[in-house]
Amino acid sequence: MKLRSPLSEKDVRQLKSGDTVTLDGLIFSGRDEVHIRALEYAREGRKLPCDLRGGVIFHCGPIMKKVNGHWNVVAAGPTTSSRMNAMEPEFIERFGVRAIIGKGGMSQPTVDAMVKFGCVYLAFTGGAAVLGAEGIVEVKGVEWLDLGMPEAMWELAVKGFGPMTVAIDAHGNSLYKEVDAKVTKNVAVAKKKLGLLG
Amino acid sequence: MRTTKLVEDVTVDLLRMAVTSLPEDVLTALRLAEKEETSEIARIQLRTILANVEMADRRTLPMCQDTGLPVFFVSGRRIPHLEEAVRRGVARATSEIPLRPNAVQPLTRANPGDNLGKGMPHIHFHPSDEDFTEITVMPKGAGSENMSALSMLNPSQGAKGIKAFVLDTVVAAGGKPCPPTIVGVGIGGTADEAMLLAKKSLLRRLDVPNPDPDLRRLEEELKDALNSTGIGPMGLGGQTTVLGVLTEDAFTHTASLPVAICLQCWASRRASARIFKDGHVEYSKEGFC
Repeated sequence: MKLRSPLSEKDVRQLKSGDTVTLDGLIFSGRDEVHIRALEYAREGRKLPCDLRGGVIFHCGPIMKKVNGHWNVVAAGPTTSSRMNAMEPEFIERFGVRAIIGKGGMSQPTVDAMVKFGCVYLAFTGGAAVLGAEGIVEVKGVEWLDLGMPEAMWELAVKGFGPMTVAIDAHGNSLYKEVDAKVTKNVAVAKKKLGLLG
Repeated sequence: MRTTKLVEDVTVDLLRMAVTSLPEDVLTALRLAEKEETSEIARIQLRTILANVEMADRRTLPMCQDTGLPVFFVSGRRIPHLEEAVRRGVARATSEIPLRPNAVQPLTRANPGDNLGKGMPHIHFHPSDEDFTEITVMPKGAGSENMSALSMLNPSQGAKGIKAFVLDTVVAAGGKPCPPTIVGVGIGGTADEAMLLAKKSLLRRLDVPNPDPDLRRLEEELKDALNSTGIGPMGLGGQTTVLGVLTEDAFTHTASLPVAICLQCWASRRASARIFKDGHVEYSKEGFC
């Protein structure tokens, strides 16, 4: 399935966990420091340098290189999303983002916020940074570069970005929760087999 | 002077080799996993990984944007001013390859941009009487390193305690360390030594069995158990949670049983070089042993 950002609530509500998607449009990189600063700005009533409404946040700290005064992306895969667990529900609510691209999944409060405000989590294969860079056609700009290259907010135009898996949908379904339930059962069997129980 | 420049150049070569191309044993394990996986989502993850690795190798680009912290192991003949030469190599590699500037001050988070700083890069020295100097680099990403764990078990907990700790740690890490991972386990020593053993065990090739029959059995048992959990590639489910379990041990205190775990993401990057007295250099991605 092909998605195009900015995304509407209807766009994301129709996605189901397990769907495979690619994305065209604009995405913004944002990890630990972007989340911290953006929320500080919002609490102080200051405007963000970019409008994130209907936008897509990419948990990513890319490798960029400046060539002839223009930023080029060298490598851009997802980072571990769980580091943003504590900040993501408020981030989704305040800025109206419709999709988060990352790896490893996010905790229940974020799943709840995705249901409430209409947002999805798209899992992109961790480490697939050359493939990620291949899907980025242009670096549109960068904000907050004082945070350092990995932590800055990069505005990226993408085409055919993916493949990504809808791992948490806007209806509370999460592949991670499904896998967790199976893992709990399997681990009990494995422990028994290893003689670790009783 | 000439040797210093040589070490600097070798450092840049090793980092480029490691971050752009996977060792053959890791590639083989990934290809086999892709063939054997039955879950469609898991196969997509593994196919994406293999396509990405192939593209990175062909274009000499870092396969993952997290080019890690460069961890160095240096053994053999002493070379004067080696540390300074390695530092210069790291800075050059950061701008030339390029690597992501990952090294920051831990409290202020200030990033100088060249992957250098107090204690950075980290070099483990083991001088010996060989007629060459061996340098190995392991760029270590944070996704997997953040899942490291240490447990000071009671000796009475024995092998069962070790197995339970490894299982619990890998399950708690879930999809975060970019599975399929390689699990390094250090057993014995002191707390710090156990951690170093865990990291060093990740330098062994996946297709080279542990010479110790007890450890070999432990590795096989743990690999089977971990792959039966169903965590799968990227934690999205599947039968490939680990590509291997690698252990190293050392004598420990009669009252202690330290166990350390160091997880390595599928991008298990490493490269080694031997620098001989006459300036001749041999390289190996997989390592010489």
